[in-house]
Amino acid sequence: MNALTLKNGASKKSAYDLKNPLGDEIETHTLTVIVDNEAGVLARVIGLFSGRGYNIDSLTVAETDHEGHLSRITIVTTGTPAVIEQIKAQLDRMVPIHSVNDLTVEGPSVERELAMLKVTGKGEKRVEAMRLADIFRANVVDTTLTSFVFEITGTPEKIDAFVELMRPLGLTDLARTGVAALARGL
Amino acid sequence: MTRQMTGAQIVVQALKDQGVDTVFGYPGGAVLPIYDEIFQQNQIRHIIVRHEQAATHAAEGYARSTGKPGVVLVTSGPGATNAVTGMTDALLDSIPMIVLTGQVPTFMIGNDAFQEADTIGITRPCTKHNWLVKDTDILAETIHQAFHVATTGRPGPVLVDIPKDVQFAMGDYTTKPKTKISHYQPRVKGDIDAITKAVEMLEKAKRPIIYSGGGVINSGVGASQLLRELSDATGAPITSTLMGLGAYPASGDNWLGMLGMHGTYEANMAMHDCDYMLCVGARFDDRITGRTDAFSPNSYKVHIDIDPSSINKIIHVDTPIIGDIGHVLEDMLKVWKSRGRKTNAAGIAKWKAQIAEWKAVECLKYKGSDTVIKPQYALERLEALTKGRDRYITTEVGQHQMWAAQYLGFEDPHRFMTSGGLGTMGYGTPASMGVQIAHPDALVINVAGEASWLMNMQEMGTATQYNLQTKQFILNNERLGMVRQWQELLHGSRYSHSWSESLPDFVKLAEAFGAKGIRCSDPADLDDAIMEMLNHEGPVIFDCLVEKHENCFPMIPSGAAHNEMLMGDDKTEDAIKGKGGALV
Repeated sequence: MNALTLKNGASKKSAYDLKNPLGDEIETHTLTVIVDNEAGVLARVIGLFSGRGYNIDSLTVAETDHEGHLSRITIVTTGTPAVIEQIKAQLDRMVPIHSVNDLTVEGPSVERELAMLKVTGKGEKRVEAMRLADIFRANVVDTTLTSFVFEITGTPEKIDAFVELMRPLGLTDLARTGVAALARGL
Repeated sequence: MTRQMTGAQIVVQALKDQGVDTVFGYPGGAVLPIYDEIFQQNQIRHIIVRHEQAATHAAEGYARSTGKPGVVLVTSGPGATNAVTGMTDALLDSIPMIVLTGQVPTFMIGNDAFQEADTIGITRPCTKHNWLVKDTDILAETIHQAFHVATTGRPGPVLVDIPKDVQFAMGDYTTKPKTKISHYQPRVKGDIDAITKAVEMLEKAKRPIIYSGGGVINSGVGASQLLRELSDATGAPITSTLMGLGAYPASGDNWLGMLGMHGTYEANMAMHDCDYMLCVGARFDDRITGRTDAFSPNSYKVHIDIDPSSINKIIHVDTPIIGDIGHVLEDMLKVWKSRGRKTNAAGIAKWKAQIAEWKAVECLKYKGSDTVIKPQYALERLEALTKGRDRYITTEVGQHQMWAAQYLGFEDPHRFMTSGGLGTMGYGTPASMGVQIAHPDALVINVAGEASWLMNMQEMGTATQYNLQTKQFILNNERLGMVRQWQELLHGSRYSHSWSESLPDFVKLAEAFGAKGIRCSDPADLDDAIMEMLNHEGPVIFDCLVEKHENCFPMIPSGAAHNEMLMGDDKTEDAIKGKGGALV
């Protein structure tokens, strides 16, 4: 389904959640954009956001169809319902863009992000970090006698929570990929 | 069988295949191979301008007066950066334009080479799309693709950046029909349910108005015909933006004049009080809407536009219809006819009586003078003395532009070329050259102010070189009139740098360029002087010395609503208040 054919302010939840398309409340939407994998395409998308004053909370991009020269860009953005509609329309009319889908309103979807955390410490803190990592199903991908690198995958909220727990335990470095998302079902 | 050619040959062949007859350009180091190919053929005419910006505006004038895309050829670096203003202008006014730029050879890109600029990076936000071609084999395809993108959907400027080594290298020529079909295929047919809904509401409307724009012109002459038919058949009064003038004839029964900041009283009042608004190929620009929260508060709004991003961008509409104006209007008329050609005749009769009252205000009247030429008078006389001729008008930007829109009547589309969205001073002179090249025998007049005119006056050289008979009709008030007006309205009449000092003697200037110069300062001589201009076979600079402190009225002060217009005899001090002062 094309995001533009959806009714303004539609929500994936029940009819009670229908938003006022002229409302002022700021919403967060996850957009997935299929683009020609050509030089400068990311600059075009980012230039659109900066040039028109839209927000980017998170952005991930990689080639997903080598034969077809297509990449998928996943953008998490915020704005009023009118701004979100405008962002989608502005993206959709760009020449190298094949499709724009708003996962936030087009039915259920799954979102995942990967993060790597370097936690340094000794003794009790090191043991506690390992124990919490286990609870969060984070993997250890590198270790020394005084440090771990954890790899964790999950929703951005889960990663936020894990990062906050690691901070007092010696978090020294953090790398996050940004959100990748797909619609559920067929 | 593919044909092998050099990149430069491919460029010229692709232009020929696209039916290009004219290219506006300026040579330089990085495009020399293409210029060499142009030298060796006679099918495409190259017009050498005096500045790359002028090449783009000339191409805009050519495009807007013919409906065909304009083509520009310039060199790398400064050639490309000088073309940026014209591309931005074309983007905002949706003018199809193909700009070909030379680039330093691929192996030197990124080295700060001589005349290197990141042309793709610089022009990304001011083109619809742009391409850097690093492989001669895809050059032909890219140029065909560029024409496709520039001319389909909402038209606009595109740029193809061609490094010099790509111009020299051999590659395969791909013909236009063999070029792979782009996924970029904007829809042209409107949704029939939405069209039916729009017709249903129109049938009931007591106070309908059609608000049309440049999209009608872009959609072709057929769209203008359909617009006329729709307005005349349903009796709906019609107004238009600056860009849409001529789509409905100024002599037509339902014509209200232009709307917006300097639109007519009747058009703006009708926009404010209507109960049904059909926006056809316009985009609710801030010059049109005035204060958006007070914009036409009680109307059912229908918006036809080929660009989905124009929908609900500024004004929320009830029924959007995405499609080409011509296609949608055709369907609308079909639906309306098949449903029995219904209108709310009683309602419309009352509405027209109301409009007649607004017209009686005579918002365009001004204080005449026997001693000094009023700019409005100059345009009234120009209108009277050119009536009935196949006349093309270009303008610069400022008061004279608004007066031209108010006092000249446009009977046909493609006859009014002006910089609407970007407001580019210096547009009119080169645009008039582009128009004249497309229509060698037509009467082409650039209505200018002296300050705007000076911005691209070097193009008089182009005019005399090609014996372009354009008439440069300069309303010379020795002021930046519109800036001065705003300083009067907003800044306590402190006229900071808004006057023109050390002006050239325009008559001598004309002679220096090999053109004819005429000066007129007495209203009694004006008709004869205009006739002398019209009868001269060759370019003319007409220095029309006008009233220096005339203001352009009526006016919706920025931050005000359609029904809060400032008229000619209103007080102007502090006319722009509160938040309006922050607006442009």
